[in-house]
Amino acid sequence: MKSKNNIYKKLFVSSFYLSAFTFGGGFVIIPLMKKKFVDELQWIEENEMLNLAAIAQSSPGAVAVNAAILIGYRVAGILGAIITILGTVLPPFIIISVVSVFYTAFRDNLIVNAVLKGMQAGIAAVIADVVINLGGNVIKGKDIISVLIMAGAFISTFYFKINVVYIILVCGFIGSIRTLFHSNKNKKDDNL
Amino acid sequence: MILLKIFWSFFQIGLFSIGGGMAAIPLIQNQVVTIHNWLTLSEFTDLITIAEMTPGPIAINSATFVGIRIAGIPGAIVATIGCIFPSCIIVSLLAWIYFKYKQLTVLQGILSGLRPTIVALIASAGLTIFSLAIWGDNGFSLDFQLINYVSVIMFGLALFILRKLKPNPIYVMLGSGIIGGVIYMIL
Repeated sequence: MKSKNNIYKKLFVSSFYLSAFTFGGGFVIIPLMKKKFVDELQWIEENEMLNLAAIAQSSPGAVAVNAAILIGYRVAGILGAIITILGTVLPPFIIISVVSVFYTAFRDNLIVNAVLKGMQAGIAAVIADVVINLGGNVIKGKDIISVLIMAGAFISTFYFKINVVYIILVCGFIGSIRTLFHSNKNKKDDNL
Repeated sequence: MILLKIFWSFFQIGLFSIGGGMAAIPLIQNQVVTIHNWLTLSEFTDLITIAEMTPGPIAINSATFVGIRIAGIPGAIVATIGCIFPSCIIVSLLAWIYFKYKQLTVLQGILSGLRPTIVALIASAGLTIFSLAIWGDNGFSLDFQLINYVSVIMFGLALFILRKLKPNPIYVMLGSGIIGGVIYMIL
């Protein structure tokens, strides 16, 4: 029972402080979640983390909240999901509640702006670090289709600014076709 | 009943914003500025600026901000719950399907196509922030004078520390905020 309570506590603290430091949208929190739950706590495998991120991105609503629900559910069931939702929602809720009182002063504050500008470089480095690991693993997998999907998705979103929903649909479709093709081939091989 | 109205507005925002923060902005504007006149357009612009300066999803930030202005803390709570309610139901349903059927070949296939896609999306988000840090709002340019060298050096150092020492990434972000903040205040 004590270890279970420990897991709940860790889930809440982790999701709370990940959320408190997620400047700049869903795809900043996914690398941080990967570092926390895959590398550090080892509660989730790397591939599963990417699966959960894909589901979070394909669902309506904020990616950070969706990913938090999935991780909480995966680690500790429904109660886990409720805990991670609270942990993810509370930091922006508290910060905006405070800021909304004096928001023009906050918006025009030179120190706040200087610190935020400084953080951009750090955030970019954190994401680069995770991309080197994840992208390296995709390339090391030596699966040419996966590498092509990664390159194609990157060009589509970064250069052509194609809506992420279409990219997800097309890549999921390519993945399912490839697997069906593979399993048919395997069946034929078995028959021979 | 104003609380119910707030709930319903943010419920719709939560339900129809697929694909993250940028997809939510026009929906929020439509509900909050056009339909209900809860904020003026310039207040809405302030809201987006503040949402980008503070942590957390834009939809949650907006829900809290608008809720508080219309009906105080209860308004903020109702708006936030409305905003995440559709996610909770739909994601829980998908999670249940995923954990029950993840051994299915077709689902495995779809996910094998989506994993490299997610890596690409993370890379794209990272590169967008990188170019914001190095070139500011104007984006990539070959003009050497437009490059923010403080950012370049801090990025290089931060990445080096992350690769070699593998510290908690939060410390790297905080450290670059403090060091960068001090440098920018002096310059």
